[in-house]
Amino acid sequence: MGVEICVEGLTKSFGHQVVWQDVSLTLPAGEVSVMLGPSGTGKSVFLKTLVGLLKPDRGSVTIAGRDITRLREHELYEVRKLFGVLFQDGALFGSMNLYDNIAFPLREHTRKSESEIRRIVLEKMDLVGLLGAERKLPGEISGGMRKRAGLARALVLDPEIILFDEPDSGLDPVRVAYLNQLIVDLNAQIDATFLIVTHDIASARQVPDNIGLLFRRELVVFGPREKLLTSDEPVVRQFLNGRMEGPIGMAEEKDAAQVEQELARLGDVDRKARHAGNDMTPRLLPGPGITRPPRWEAIARREAELHRKEAADA
Amino acid sequence: MSLSPTGALRQSGNLFAMALDVIRTVPRRPFQAREFIQQAWFVASVTILPTALVSIPFGAVIALQIGSLTRQLGAQSFSGAASVLAVLREASPIVTALLIAGAGGTAICADLGARKIREEIDAMQVLGIDPIHRLVVPRVLASMVVAVLLNGLVSVVGVAGGYFFNVVLQNGTPGAYLASFTTLAQLSDLWAAEIKALVFGAIAAIVASYKGLTAKGGPKGVGDAVNQSVVITFMLLFVTNFVMTAVYFQVVPQRG
Repeated sequence: MGVEICVEGLTKSFGHQVVWQDVSLTLPAGEVSVMLGPSGTGKSVFLKTLVGLLKPDRGSVTIAGRDITRLREHELYEVRKLFGVLFQDGALFGSMNLYDNIAFPLREHTRKSESEIRRIVLEKMDLVGLLGAERKLPGEISGGMRKRAGLARALVLDPEIILFDEPDSGLDPVRVAYLNQLIVDLNAQIDATFLIVTHDIASARQVPDNIGLLFRRELVVFGPREKLLTSDEPVVRQFLNGRMEGPIGMAEEKDAAQVEQELARLGDVDRKARHAGNDMTPRLLPGPGITRPPRWEAIARREAELHRKEAADA
Repeated sequence: MSLSPTGALRQSGNLFAMALDVIRTVPRRPFQAREFIQQAWFVASVTILPTALVSIPFGAVIALQIGSLTRQLGAQSFSGAASVLAVLREASPIVTALLIAGAGGTAICADLGARKIREEIDAMQVLGIDPIHRLVVPRVLASMVVAVLLNGLVSVVGVAGGYFFNVVLQNGTPGAYLASFTTLAQLSDLWAAEIKALVFGAIAAIVASYKGLTAKGGPKGVGDAVNQSVVITFMLLFVTNFVMTAVYFQVVPQRG
């Protein structure tokens, strides 16, 4: 069973530059959450703060009843065993082949025999579709394979929480679709708490239970997917639709008058589009071979109902 | 490196804090024997040849200088004594320091720096593994062991080189050279040099690890880290050498 992460009043700055301030949210146990935000809003910094790699200026991060911002170094290493983290480029150890990379946490933390390690490693490699690439070095494989190998390594200790740092960056759309399916399947199988940091709107619309949006040095919203997809908040609508019109500008934010003008011009089109029911992207469900736990059964029922209604409306 | 006045102070503080962390982590089990042996082999393989090649001309220069000096003073019979003393006491720890920092330290710093910017170190920490325990301690111990052995190598090669230049090229008398060997030098000189080498090895590896683990800003950051690690290590080693020499003369009574 996954673990709940409770973040309260978190503030982080580098020197005089505030990255984000007063971020409060709760990642519900066992659910998939996505943290969105324009580039450079400190999404990766947020992720690193959650695992205690960076210390926040203020605030707390409570995991399994312990505030990790106040833990001593050796206690932190214990709590981190709850985590699996997929870094942007996989962060594989360049001197080891894929097999040794994935076996690394097992060899360091458990007293399992080599044959048992082999069984677990091959199982995880099968899960991410990397069987047959055991002897390859990280430098010899593509970015997508590195990511999947990083994911296999993150899964090997059966983590309660899995964090994904831009799982879709640098991958082609087809691989992104496969990876999203993999994430959903995994959630149905291992029941851990997932947090995905990304700026890919398509994934954010299909995959998660909850969506959060970081913008202008703060958490604008965090809530259930349905609520955000139908939200009226200009920032949220701009980002989820990937438009130029709205508060988010190329360099920083725009001035208020310009935003108002743009939104007024956009108003009609937007209302029509929303009326046609374009907001609710169908949710990605676990693949056919996966046995769905009750939580996913309920989600699948709700989805089916929603789209039946939509079809009837049309 | 930042230009703020507190920047340098903070850097030295962090470096010192990491040195303490390393000392505190050394006794922690399980000892990373495999990493230690690999690193010792690695540091030795990048330093042995350059060390030998540097110590021959170094011994030769000392022999030449002392050879002409003793001739001017009319004390040729002491040329062996003086050159052994110079090689053993100063030349070999300094050559060891230069090589362990220049060849060993840079290799360690570049290796850890590359891992740092590829997020391997972060990944390791997230997997619940302390990089100080897993990576830095074996490197520091390996560098210390290799420095001690290198110091022995430099002494032997330097003295042999000095003998060759004095006897063969400057027509010194082999008997006088060998007989005066122990008139000034004593066993405690060798011990002092070995202790120096031990400390130099530790300092070089700790500075290199610190700079490597704090590298940032992509490939250029690794280059900068390596550059800074060499400069800082050299400064620290020469200061340490001076202090240790001064203490040695106070503690150990000299011959003659």
